[in-house]
Amino acid sequence: MKKDIILCGVGGQGILSIATVIGEAATAAGLYLKQAEVHGMSQRGGDVQSHLRLSTEPIFSDLIPLGGADLILSMEPMEALRYLPWLRPDGTVVTASKPLVNIPDYPDEAALRAELAKLPQLVCEDIDAMAASAGNPRGANIALLGLAAPYIGILDKNALREAVKRVFAPKGEAIVDLNLKCYDLESA
Amino acid sequence: MRKLLLGDEAVALGALDAGLSGVYAYPGTPSTEVTEFIQADAGARAAGVHSRWCTNEKTAMEAALGMSYAGKRALVCMKHVGMNVCADAFVNSAVTGVKGGLLVLAADDPSMHSSQNEQDSRFYAGFAMVPLLEPSSQQEAYDMTAYGFELSERLGLPVVLRMVTRLAHSRASVTVGERCAANPLSPSADRGWVLLPGIARRQYLKLIEKQKTMQESSAASPYNGLSGEGELGVIACGIAYNYVREALASSGRKAQVLKISQYPLPEAQIASLAAACPEILVVEDGQPVVEQGVKALLGAGYPVHGRLDGRLPRTGELTPDNVAAALGVETGTLLSTPALVAGRPPQFCQGCGHRDVYAALGRVMADFPDGRVFGDIGCYTLGALPPYKAIASCVDMGASITMAKGASDAGLFPAVAVIGDSTFTHSGMTGLLDAANENTPITVIISDNLTTAMTGGQDSAGTSKYEGICVALGVDPAHVRTVVPLPANIPEIERLLREEIAYKGLSVIIPRRECIQTARRHAKRREAV
Repeated sequence: MKKDIILCGVGGQGILSIATVIGEAATAAGLYLKQAEVHGMSQRGGDVQSHLRLSTEPIFSDLIPLGGADLILSMEPMEALRYLPWLRPDGTVVTASKPLVNIPDYPDEAALRAELAKLPQLVCEDIDAMAASAGNPRGANIALLGLAAPYIGILDKNALREAVKRVFAPKGEAIVDLNLKCYDLESA
Repeated sequence: MRKLLLGDEAVALGALDAGLSGVYAYPGTPSTEVTEFIQADAGARAAGVHSRWCTNEKTAMEAALGMSYAGKRALVCMKHVGMNVCADAFVNSAVTGVKGGLLVLAADDPSMHSSQNEQDSRFYAGFAMVPLLEPSSQQEAYDMTAYGFELSERLGLPVVLRMVTRLAHSRASVTVGERCAANPLSPSADRGWVLLPGIARRQYLKLIEKQKTMQESSAASPYNGLSGEGELGVIACGIAYNYVREALASSGRKAQVLKISQYPLPEAQIASLAAACPEILVVEDGQPVVEQGVKALLGAGYPVHGRLDGRLPRTGELTPDNVAAALGVETGTLLSTPALVAGRPPQFCQGCGHRDVYAALGRVMADFPDGRVFGDIGCYTLGALPPYKAIASCVDMGASITMAKGASDAGLFPAVAVIGDSTFTHSGMTGLLDAANENTPITVIISDNLTTAMTGGQDSAGTSKYEGICVALGVDPAHVRTVVPLPANIPEIERLLREEIAYKGLSVIIPRRECIQTARRHAKRREAV
């Protein structure tokens, strides 16, 4: 079994923290993992992505082949569309609905929603509002992970929850609880 | 024990576990994380492993060579273009030879994710006639570091460890071992280090003689080898091996694959692959170094495919997709990116001091349509993009000052240079001395954010010394001006710029305010205390 995931968003939105949690859970579960990240210039408010590959068998390529991703996890709706060539035709997109507009030619929002609506399997939620409602506006990335958890499949939801605990443990119990609240929002 | 490590981190831990005594480096994507990992390692700190950042790659290479001379294992890290900066020391270190193991990590950036060119460090290893190791995985990155130190000490030569962006910045689980003790202090007593012509000629002959041993080592290397079966011959170098295996595994296609991760090229293995297959596809990330070598080895009559004949793209990094296509594996129908998706280029952070400098500079230069601003390498290169579109050039570390000088010598006015603090000490000071010696009428802006920001906020070698350096190099103290770049101070920056452009001599303006990224980090750290 394998699961190829594209994580994407805008530099500074915390996609690498999502990758860290999934990576922690995968390592604990004894899965093979490869995770290609983007460092350097593109992190300055530009588009960023990470290829995350999980498998019960050894993984060769650090990059996901085109048309091979089972899941796109995006912190920003336009960024979710950027990586569609990597998505399997029957793949799932889990994305934040709120645009981050830091460029002059950001597309019309209604047109953007229409493009998203064409996708075979879409979960699109206002994770920023969800995270704020949980008292942790900075936990939107973990809220997104909670939403995506049922689609990750190769790791069960509780294994990911335990990984959230371990990843945030060095920052103290209060931060762990705030992030667990965000992670659990999906079922609310 | 298993650890989840970036390729860069695997090299760092591999070096520490192999008894490293010092890492010498200047930050540069995608190599920076090696040194940062060593700096953060508690055991390395306790053992006194040197890890402070160097002023540039040349000082790094020379200091590492000194540590090797003293008998200890040293690691030099840089991005590919850093090899140009340290080339003098690097090439000659092959002639002197080394004592303690010396590894030169060059991180190439095919596709230029964060770079100005796609130069391939394998040419440098061939040019200097030293071995090169090119790991295909994070595990090999860890293992080959210790192997490289041993090879270096056995041959008495520096060894290049070549990484590419996709391995440097990709994470995987790595099995790691125990930490070995460092070499004892045992300075060399060999006269071969004194490269006077008479000695250099003898040393160079020794280097030529070592080529045979290097070839034997490549032939016997556990990292080179032939596998698979079929009509098609494939040579897969470093990370290319993964893409080849991915494509073969997913398609069920057959090929005989010669994996090459140690250079010089294992000539006998290439010859036996050619004898077994009617044609060979060379898959390598970067420039067609091996493809050229294989063509030369097999002669004009033997068909060799790769980047030179268009089987693979001539530029840009390898991907699982272009490698699959080169192997004749077809991709199914793909979804496409909707046309409305707009590009999102990187940009200055909100609150960044460079913004205020460019805002003022833009207003001033609007009055001088024949003037030019020469840029340099760092975050402030983003001043080339809208809305500022402020700089006319970005070539290499330090070129802003010297290009402004040359353009001014040619009669261009006003010629302005914009350079960051860390880039200035890396390679700008010598150019400023040239300008000071002629009192060239250029205005140099050293945009000082107290850090090497582009690569994530490493220490900058000259922090708190800039005015002193400029004056000592011969800039008139009356024309070394400082200002705090804040939106409220844009009129003041504008006034300083106008005054110094009007001055018929060399001037330096130093806008100084901490990078907001490092300032935030420092504030958090203070809160935590």
